[in-house]
Amino acid sequence: MDLLRISTAGSVDDGKSTLIGRLLYDNNALTKEQEELIEKKTVEKGLQDLDFSVITDGLIAEREQGITIDVAHIYFSTQSRKFIIADSPGHVEYTRNMVTGASNAEASIILIDARKGLLEQSYRHYFISQLLRLHTVVFCVNKMDLVDYNEDVFLKIASEIKAMTEQFEDSKPTIEIIPISSLKGDNVVYPSGETSWYQGPTLNEVLHDISSVEEVQKPFRFEVQNVLHVQNDEFIDFRGYAGKISSGSIKKGDEVVVLPSGNRSAIKEIRKYDQTFSEAHAGESVTISLNDDIDASRGTVLALPGELPSGERSLEATLVWLNEQKGIFGGRYILQAGSRTVQAKLQQIHYVVPPEKPSLKVDASELKLNDISRVSFKLSQPLFLDVYSENKANGAFIVIDPQTNNTVGVGFVERTSEL
Amino acid sequence: MSVQKHLQTLEEESIYIIREVAAQFQKPVLLFSGGKDSITMAHLAKKAFYPAKIPFPFLHIDTGHNFPETIEFRDRLMEELGVELIVRYVQDSIDQNKVKEETGKYASRNSLQTVTLLDAIEELGFDACLGGARRDEEKSRAKERIFSVRDDFGQWDAKMQRPELFQILNGKINFGENVRAFPISNWTEEDVWNYIQRENLELPSIYFAHDRKMVKRDGAYLAYSDYLNIVESDEIIDKTVRFRTVGDMTCTAAVPSTADTIETVIKENKASKSSERGARIDDKRSESALELRKKGGYF
Repeated sequence: MDLLRISTAGSVDDGKSTLIGRLLYDNNALTKEQEELIEKKTVEKGLQDLDFSVITDGLIAEREQGITIDVAHIYFSTQSRKFIIADSPGHVEYTRNMVTGASNAEASIILIDARKGLLEQSYRHYFISQLLRLHTVVFCVNKMDLVDYNEDVFLKIASEIKAMTEQFEDSKPTIEIIPISSLKGDNVVYPSGETSWYQGPTLNEVLHDISSVEEVQKPFRFEVQNVLHVQNDEFIDFRGYAGKISSGSIKKGDEVVVLPSGNRSAIKEIRKYDQTFSEAHAGESVTISLNDDIDASRGTVLALPGELPSGERSLEATLVWLNEQKGIFGGRYILQAGSRTVQAKLQQIHYVVPPEKPSLKVDASELKLNDISRVSFKLSQPLFLDVYSENKANGAFIVIDPQTNNTVGVGFVERTSEL
Repeated sequence: MSVQKHLQTLEEESIYIIREVAAQFQKPVLLFSGGKDSITMAHLAKKAFYPAKIPFPFLHIDTGHNFPETIEFRDRLMEELGVELIVRYVQDSIDQNKVKEETGKYASRNSLQTVTLLDAIEELGFDACLGGARRDEEKSRAKERIFSVRDDFGQWDAKMQRPELFQILNGKINFGENVRAFPISNWTEEDVWNYIQRENLELPSIYFAHDRKMVKRDGAYLAYSDYLNIVESDEIIDKTVRFRTVGDMTCTAAVPSTADTIETVIKENKASKSSERGARIDDKRSESALELRKKGGYF
């Protein structure tokens, strides 16, 4: 059984929580307690249709205000697939939580209210989906029941969506556009009897058909999380580097370059718990031993000669600012990528991009909450990252404000270059 | 076969998180209750650092109302793992007048644990507490980050959670704050059981069907014990049961079951439409019971 990670996004009152509730309900994936709660709340609120939002709005403040504030992770499985849905907030104020939800997803669902069409948030969410290089984006034109299942309404929104997605030249996710009603259950799991003009798949079919793209072989990247040193009868002077392979593969005997020192050694042992392996691949948490005693500590990167990541002292990135406290030109931050952290200076703000018009480049001297910008950082030490579009697993970093310790931004490497 | 692939992905992720906690914090601790999730956590920690030893101690907040089977199991496992077990007692917090024993039919020490836990964190200076909470357990749990920052009162502020991107975990905190870290966030109850089966992990016997003297109350089966305030309407019967989740004897309900092996338990859970947390009486106090406890510093 494979696993698909999805994130949902939309504007306030687009009905994301209702959609997820409907998806689970019609897939018979709710527990008895959840079904009872839905029925109870529906009666309490005097609603005609079942109130599914009670399933995902887990916080008191969310139920009070009737909005989603933070990401909820929903787990469910059908006969053929396991799903993790990151149900993310739609409110502009909580865009950072939407990025949080989408960062680990492979596909995103963007809800559009059929009565309203595309809103600023729709642009923002699509922008973020394509920035993260998600491979499928499903637009659900929701509340079709409130526009009498009118085909023209749907077609108009579909053409707006097409115009929006065509503005992006470099990345082209698979796009699906589906007319649905979460409340009534049209085209979510069951095909609708009301949209005879629509011949496409239901949302459920789309979600089951998305196939994980065959990964192109990426260069080997491994960063040391912990150094394990053991001396006992069984392990005489054992030194292993524990970490998760971010991309590529490695074999026993391979020569590796240890960064930043640039020293070379060969792989002596690849270990997982009490077993050793002749090779290991991306995503595996392993412990690697080398032939030579080499200076390597947390944050050290192992790579293969001939395919080294660039280790320059500056990098250019697309940055999403995630904090109310503004990002300032010349400001000092900490950049973290996996187990690597360096001091960094926000050297340049090239421009800010308005999500609804990505071709526009607006001058800016500071970064406000939710701003999407192109920036350059000067680094105190090299980070050994790749360009995000070529290697997602080794091309992103977070920005930490050393004053508050908060995560204030997320960056996607566009270019690394010598200062 | 493919279930195995899924479990493997989860294991790799969890080991990565546990290693991050060990590296990013000065004084981490693993909160251990003796339940199946804690046992899974202990096993993952063992794997994460092998052949080195687990580099942090375990902490048990003992309410004094545990199943004796759990405590016996706990002590045996700690000896096997060779880790230091720190125990702090809710009874001590009661004796110090820091918390008051609840009274009445539903009296439980579950929520009293918070004070004992916060005192232990402060006393011993822990800056990270690893826990086996899962997002699928309950809907306020579903909102939890992998690294969840708590202030110096142990409070969780859901509105102010840090963004958490990709697998980059920001463990930077101010002095006095601590992080609750949840390596098995993305596991479901089914995943935990499948993993226990795959890794052939031993569990306390109460997870499997056994005959027990039970108290039937409000349609739920509670273990008969001196800790329970038995009232007239309670019905005392012998029953073959197992526990799906293990907390205190006073607030964990059993399910009538004959499933006495991991295989049959997995099969029975799959067929059941009820959730695991449905057996936690404390969570039923109100829709927001767990969230309110978490805001107060509970795990």
